[in-house]
Amino acid sequence: MIRGRVHKYGSNIDTDAIIPARYANLRDPVELGRHCMENIDPSFAQKVRRGDIIVATSNFGCGSSREIAPLSIKGAGISCVIAKSFARIFFRNAINIGLPVLECAEAVDNTETGDELEVDLSSGEITNLSKGMVFKAAPYPDFIKGLISAGGLIEYARQILKSGGER
Amino acid sequence: MTIVEKIIAAHSDRAEVRPGEFVTAKVDLVMANDLTAGIAVDQFGKIGVEGVFDPKKVVFVMDHFVPNKDIATAEQVKRLREFAQAQGLIYLENVGIEHVVLPEMGLVLPGDLVVGADSHTCTYGALGAFATGMGSTDIAFAMATGEVWLKVPPTIEFLYCGKASKWVTGKDLILYTIGQIGVDGALYSAMEFTGDAVDALTMDERFTMANMAVEAGAKAGVFRVDDRTLDYVRARAERAFTAYESDPDAEYAQTIEIDASSLEPQISLPHSPDNVKPVSEVAGLRIDQAVIGSCTNGRLDDLRLCAEVLRGRRVHPRVRCIVIPGSQRVFLQAVREGLIEVFLEAGAVVSTPTCGPCVGGHMGIIASGERCISTTNRNFVGRMGSPEAEIFLSNPAVAAASAVTGEICHPEEVAKP
Repeated sequence: MIRGRVHKYGSNIDTDAIIPARYANLRDPVELGRHCMENIDPSFAQKVRRGDIIVATSNFGCGSSREIAPLSIKGAGISCVIAKSFARIFFRNAINIGLPVLECAEAVDNTETGDELEVDLSSGEITNLSKGMVFKAAPYPDFIKGLISAGGLIEYARQILKSGGER
Repeated sequence: MTIVEKIIAAHSDRAEVRPGEFVTAKVDLVMANDLTAGIAVDQFGKIGVEGVFDPKKVVFVMDHFVPNKDIATAEQVKRLREFAQAQGLIYLENVGIEHVVLPEMGLVLPGDLVVGADSHTCTYGALGAFATGMGSTDIAFAMATGEVWLKVPPTIEFLYCGKASKWVTGKDLILYTIGQIGVDGALYSAMEFTGDAVDALTMDERFTMANMAVEAGAKAGVFRVDDRTLDYVRARAERAFTAYESDPDAEYAQTIEIDASSLEPQISLPHSPDNVKPVSEVAGLRIDQAVIGSCTNGRLDDLRLCAEVLRGRRVHPRVRCIVIPGSQRVFLQAVREGLIEVFLEAGAVVSTPTCGPCVGGHMGIIASGERCISTTNRNFVGRMGSPEAEIFLSNPAVAAASAVTGEICHPEEVAKP
């Protein structure tokens, strides 16, 4: 169960906003996290408490394929991102590095910065504790559930290569 | 089926695929660059295989921060160079920008399925290939297994009719399109570009259009293979390839018609590629810098267009004009055609090929309060430097003309036909 305060953003938060390419030579998530959102919200890294949640409207993570985007969010201490929709590369990257990303338009519409949310990743249930409202996120497709339960893409690769390519 | 569906089906041992299906597909080429290969190599190491699935199908291109801009980059590139050598990969450093170089070398051919750790990998759709950007971990998976998982995208058809006027290029068609549908207008979908107006485009212009498909959220942007494509690839191909065409009864999620004949050159205003207006509505805004280059507009046709505007003219004294050929081959040909001389005589600087300023890396970073017109693909806050700077996206002729007058203008203001 995840519990955290909300930092809310608008639509089309791009990867240059999440982590500018000038930090692309950094690999440590915590160091990357210090520069997360720097271009659009310079105080973000100071504001975030471990476990906090980003809520954004549509097309979160559009732009570059840089995997340091979800890594920096995770490194900043964010526990999960809830949006109406995600850019497709960002979505894959987030799953691959273990940053939970949930699609739920109702939760986004009914959540403000500072609200306290509780998220049950196994059921997809999102509770806005500040407003006393409960929402249900769109479930992951079965294929992606399978990847997650295999322990992620790298573990999945190890398994299929060990079994000689059999799935 | 559409082109995209046919290519995915052919690479996943299926007779047919439908939008929304998940498939595991074999890849013909896997690419990563100096910004993304580092994590891919780390993740590849965790998989625990000794070698990549096929070293002749894995290519590392050092292009974003090269020639190495600082010690951190030099160390990163050194590590990637060593990995590539040990693995026997195709390794390209100081050759040019990945999306200019790979087609140019014939490494991507029609019908291929290509994945790259760079969002603009969709550029290769110009060749009638299915090519899409992914993150480093997905690329590590592909390096190890030769496969990727894909959700088959629905295809949206963009049908361009009419004859575009002088100074209206493929860049203008794609900027206009993104302006119409928005930066998430093709989210999770493939864009297929059709119609007389795209048949008339040069290959370089098609690369530009496919390149920016991701700016509408698309997974791929594709063109059918025609005589122009075949001329381009036959001069380069060293293996067999397949040209796919969408069936007459292919199912498109939507068909959007665009009249190319009615368009002016287009400008994308800060801070989103979909904030698009015709140049006449933006004309007169003072600029500090003009950048002509990148994986979007750093090819020979782009430099020729730029030279057509700059020939015999001078860059405005207030403006820094930076021209960056997209590859060494483009650079050399530009030298042979006398284009570089035109740029230098006009007062522009010419850089060795690099992604450089487009990604805020080096070779033309902008300061707070500055305004840059650029032929690149993104004008997000802080993309090219200071978060307090403004980026306007345009075609190369508009950027060159604006460099001459010092303010955003239509090329015909400068280069009277």
